[in-house]
Amino acid sequence: MSRKLELIVLALLLIFAAQFFYISSTTNAEYGGADDKPAGVIEQITGGTYKPIANPIWEPPSAEIESLLFALQAAIGAGILGYFLGYYRAKKNYENKLGYKEKSKPESDRHSL
Amino acid sequence: MTYYVYLIFNGDPVHIMEGFLPAIWCIVWFAISIPVIALGIYKLNKLVKEKREILPLLAVAGAFIFVLSSLKLPSVNGSCSHPTGTGIGAIMFGPAITAVLSTIVLIYQALFLAHGGLTTLGANVFSMGIVGPVLSYLIYKAGMKAKLNFYFVVFLATTLGDWATYIVTSTELALAFPAGDVLSFAGFLSSFSKFVAIFAITQVPLAIVEGAVSALLFKYVIEVKSDILVEMHVLEDSVVRKIRGLSA
Repeated sequence: MSRKLELIVLALLLIFAAQFFYISSTTNAEYGGADDKPAGVIEQITGGTYKPIANPIWEPPSAEIESLLFALQAAIGAGILGYFLGYYRAKKNYENKLGYKEKSKPESDRHSL
Repeated sequence: MTYYVYLIFNGDPVHIMEGFLPAIWCIVWFAISIPVIALGIYKLNKLVKEKREILPLLAVAGAFIFVLSSLKLPSVNGSCSHPTGTGIGAIMFGPAITAVLSTIVLIYQALFLAHGGLTTLGANVFSMGIVGPVLSYLIYKAGMKAKLNFYFVVFLATTLGDWATYIVTSTELALAFPAGDVLSFAGFLSSFSKFVAIFAITQVPLAIVEGAVSALLFKYVIEVKSDILVEMHVLEDSVVRKIRGLSA
């Protein structure tokens, strides 16, 4: 089986990781999203007059809990993905084996006749 | 106030924060999104009734959106942002059903993560669940018709669909917050370029990675379950055989 696509994806991921390490070590950007460049845009445009019309019903009480919930979301998704891809793989494998048996039977019967 | 303005992006250009669209725009985007979600639910019911065997595939497409939209990755300008993962669903099931899947993820994030919001749900569904997937779907169909390499088409459809999501989010924000406070074309353009500038740097590399990962997932689905994709007219039999022949 060809692994060409895997290699291409791996290369892209490495390039992405490399640019991240390069940028994060050469600039002092804070990777918490504390960059005030995007932060000020709406304030800058409206002159700080806009008041949000609603607030979130509930906010994660800390950054750690927010990360936990993000991780939970990823885990649920990854679990479902793995389960069904594994299910299909095993099913196909099993069906193939079964298929060979069923096919070989009538043939051998014919030979014996 | 500054705190909330900062929260809109919280380094995350995907969703518009709770409360950060004036009421009139919330209504406009809901009015556009609700019919599409309704159509999606209708199509979903019909599809599940006709072909129960697609359920696992539907779960895979939904789960992919779940995983990808939870991956907040740091990006070039120092903010975080995350991929959308809607390309797979759009290619397999079409944009309307993908809108339903996206809505589920957006509600989860709005309720538990204060990420996006319920008032801005309509706007966020429109950008992430409708425009992105529609573009992905169209690019996929056109690319397959042009007989380009299948994985390349998936990559292209997903990446461009992802970019479209951010461009639409910028548009929604610029329409609500045009420069000079009154909605004029120049004011819109000025705000739009400001929002897009933030998003472009963050999203360009992420969308490329997302496109690559989506193509890889498609490879695995084809390996184990290509018959169902052929049956759903996602792929033609000849294409499957060609891919199989190449990767065998």
